[in-house]
Amino acid sequence: MPIDIDKDVCIGAGQCALAAPHVFTQDDEGFSTLLTDPETGAADPMARVAAKACPVGAITITEPPA
Amino acid sequence: MPDPTTAPHASEPVAFPQDRSCPYHPPTGYDPLRTDRPLSRVTLYDGRPAWLVTGHALARALLADPRLSSDRTRDGFPTTTPRFAAARDRRLALLGVDDPEHRSQRRMMVPSFTLKRAAALRPRIQHIVDDLLDAMIAQGPPAELVGAFALPVPSMVICELLGVPYADHEFFEEQSRRLLRGPDVADTLDARDRLEEYLGDLIDRKREEPGEGVLDELVRQRPADGGPDRAEVISLAVILLVAGHETTANMISLGTYTLLQHPGRLAELRADPALLPAAVEELMRLLSIADGLLRQATEDIEVAGATIRAGDGVVFSTSVINRDQDVYPAPDALDFHRSTRHHVSFGFGIHQCLGQNLARAELEIALGALVRRLPGLRLAAPPQEIPFKPGDTIQGMLELPVTW
Repeated sequence: MPIDIDKDVCIGAGQCALAAPHVFTQDDEGFSTLLTDPETGAADPMARVAAKACPVGAITITEPPA
Repeated sequence: MPDPTTAPHASEPVAFPQDRSCPYHPPTGYDPLRTDRPLSRVTLYDGRPAWLVTGHALARALLADPRLSSDRTRDGFPTTTPRFAAARDRRLALLGVDDPEHRSQRRMMVPSFTLKRAAALRPRIQHIVDDLLDAMIAQGPPAELVGAFALPVPSMVICELLGVPYADHEFFEEQSRRLLRGPDVADTLDARDRLEEYLGDLIDRKREEPGEGVLDELVRQRPADGGPDRAEVISLAVILLVAGHETTANMISLGTYTLLQHPGRLAELRADPALLPAAVEELMRLLSIADGLLRQATEDIEVAGATIRAGDGVVFSTSVINRDQDVYPAPDALDFHRSTRHHVSFGFGIHQCLGQNLARAELEIALGALVRRLPGLRLAAPPQEIPFKPGDTIQGMLELPVTW
């Protein structure tokens, strides 16, 4: 998965959805969840900003294979 | 051989906190800290030493580090003010507890504080803001903006959020004001007792007839299913007040003062209201009103060439961290076009502000409406004569006389 959201770690701060609203949203419980498929999401330049904005490091984005 | 805990930072410890000389800039007494990033030794008001984190990258790493505790009832937990020291035996929900207890409390609250919820509250916030401005405009000019606008906006939003009936608003707002701005510790604690008693009654009523607020949602989660008990709901409600009232009020008052002291930026914002979210974010970075987040090390931590020992107090100076020039070029300037994201005004790590999405909504609506509806807004007293808060509490204006 090019984008991994660790829901055990997520605290529902919503910073991913604020930074990259086309990639992330919050579910009814407040947890981060993807709006797109992971490949499309990882290609959005704001996805990395969102990962950095996460206060608990719950979002990991892996580089696509070269 | 030099002592590894002090060798890189051997200069005389700076006192922390200090009073600001300009309400929106860090105290000039912090200048040595700004050149000594990312970590310094400081002396707290009671003479105790502590570590002061001043670098942006180190702050993000340490605020997310589980070896730092937020439990202020721990022996040796640092304090920055006697007011805080007197109340420390009372446990604070959420921001005063560590995982796993924190995690279960946070999870109960998160559904009420998502971006969607904050967005859904915007029309109500707009209504509250418009009503308060209507009243202020009808009675003025001039006006005292802290009492007429900055304090009531978040107070009324919290009433809305908690589902406090309108008839109780006046009582609730009065006790909140005493809790946060009472003349002494005894008054503060008395206000807290009254609020807790009131909230207990309110919770009992909501158990009978649940409505739509945060409290209603909390009482719907039964203790038997892992939900909070009555005492826990009360303490969560108190924390929303403590964390959400004075902070937002001070951002409104100090944000307004700062904009009025930067007429070029204010004109820019008036000309382009789409800048509002960026302006609010940049004001939060620059003003860093909660300057001095407190933690205590539970284990030895090796960082930045030093060893923070188990039991040491660790304080985060958000005003210095948010002006780290490696992250924010020309850090003392108010600039709505910089990349201001990643400031630590809401903290970082598991305790990052639960209400930040709501706070952003309140500030955008309150500052946006002030700027839009009062094009002639200006200070009604010489700026240097307007009183602001001392350094050992949330930063902001004590009064803000304005005219238009």
